[in-house]
Amino acid sequence: MEYEVPKILCCGDQALSIEFGDSIDPKINRKVLHLFDRLRARTVPGIEDLIPSYRSLLIQYDPLLLSTKELKTFLQQQLPVLGEVISKKGRIITIPVRYGGPCGPDLPEVAEYHGMTPAEVIARHSAVTYRVYMIGFSPGFPFLGGLDPRLHTPRKKSPREKVPAGSVGLADQQTGIYSLDSPGGWQLIGRTPVKLFDLSREEPLLLGAGDRVLFQPITEKEFGNY
Amino acid sequence: MGTIRIIKPGPLTTVQDLGRLGYQDRGVPVSGAVDQYALRLGNLIVGNREGEAALEITLGGLEAELVQDVSLALTGSESAARLNGEEVCFWRRIAASKGDRLSIDHSRTGARIYLALAGGIDVPPVMGSKSTYLRGGFGGYQGRALRKGDGLDCGPAREAGLPEIPLGLKPAYSDHPTLRVVLGPQDGEITDQGLFAFRSYPYVLTRQMDRMGCRLEGPGITHRKGPDIISDGTSFGSIQIPGNGQPIILLADRQTTGGYVKIAAVIAVDWPLIAQALPGRTIRFEVASLEEAQESYFQRESALARFLKS
Repeated sequence: MEYEVPKILCCGDQALSIEFGDSIDPKINRKVLHLFDRLRARTVPGIEDLIPSYRSLLIQYDPLLLSTKELKTFLQQQLPVLGEVISKKGRIITIPVRYGGPCGPDLPEVAEYHGMTPAEVIARHSAVTYRVYMIGFSPGFPFLGGLDPRLHTPRKKSPREKVPAGSVGLADQQTGIYSLDSPGGWQLIGRTPVKLFDLSREEPLLLGAGDRVLFQPITEKEFGNY
Repeated sequence: MGTIRIIKPGPLTTVQDLGRLGYQDRGVPVSGAVDQYALRLGNLIVGNREGEAALEITLGGLEAELVQDVSLALTGSESAARLNGEEVCFWRRIAASKGDRLSIDHSRTGARIYLALAGGIDVPPVMGSKSTYLRGGFGGYQGRALRKGDGLDCGPAREAGLPEIPLGLKPAYSDHPTLRVVLGPQDGEITDQGLFAFRSYPYVLTRQMDRMGCRLEGPGITHRKGPDIISDGTSFGSIQIPGNGQPIILLADRQTTGGYVKIAAVIAVDWPLIAQALPGRTIRFEVASLEEAQESYFQRESALARFLKS
């Protein structure tokens, strides 16, 4: 539920969080990202960093340069316009995915859990344009909103010690992509050859909060040639 | 060539500055010195900008050769240190000559020592910072901890710096510190008994401690509903309470977002105390108001600014 009045919460004496609601909801997240865009677009002396997440925006600031009171007033002034326009047109980024096989070892299990064929899981997963609600867990790991409710799948009972970078996974109502090799408990249904985090690129991080993502199934050969 | 060559790196020595800001929205941790205040003072002694890159030496045990004349400073947890066998002091400018050998004993008093060199450690910035992020394998010196034989360059020295840091400006480290905290953002998710335990009892630092955070052990802190929240942003000193009711304090390499209830956050002036705490030590938490917390911060920063002007 969206709060009638957003809550401003202390995160120590050098950060605060403005929270818009208590659920994962596109409408709430849109406000978070809209405020994030507005603050990022202008330099406010004293604001050091911003972390948008599902329902709140954390603002790290230096109280020597910007008092908590000034910051709160500034935030209050931003609130009336939030969410009234789409924050940004948003890039749509197509991510090629090799579903199943060694790239998606949990695909059969996920299909069985939902009483579908693997092909049906793939069709449903690649039919939707997802929204990047937030980036977290590791550099560039997107938490995507908009997963078909018929694909909501609990995490694995015991996490894997190493999930390869590029793995596309499901966890409850979320789908996401591992950006680095890391431990993880999501159900892996496929893998993308695209690097979400690559320091050799001028912009190392492929995705940002607010972007939209479309998965495109590819063959093993296309994966290999990528 | 280089300015300093590592003979023995100790358990964990990395290049750190004040961290990587501006990328947390894309999941990139800040990293940087865990004891930022000690790093800043070290840089000021050798005439660097306060946010220059220096070496963070975890638990001491470093031996290195200076390959050229350079002034240097040791800050953080004091430990016996020698230049060519002669004892040298912390918090003071040290003039080292080509061929000198610096050795720092294993630290028994605290977790982290900073070695600042005039000109700063010259490594390529990654996303605007020279800090090493070990889990991501980037930043600092080739994205990794220093090893025997590594040679590091320094930039050009800027100015003379300071002969020493006066006693009043040094951080007041303590073996068994009381950490002041500001409650929130999710203290409302903790039971009254849980809040009472947190405010009243000592918690012991466990061995599970690294640049990302440290786990404590003590009377369980219970949740009203459960430990999970919809993931949100974290900050330095955030205190998470996972399902087992035992606090975790987040430090420099913390994940940018987290899904556990955060009862409180350590106030900025007390960050050096948690940065230096060792396993087995006890900690107490004392709740401060936001105004008190910021007032202490203003006082520290204005005392430092006054000293630098004088």
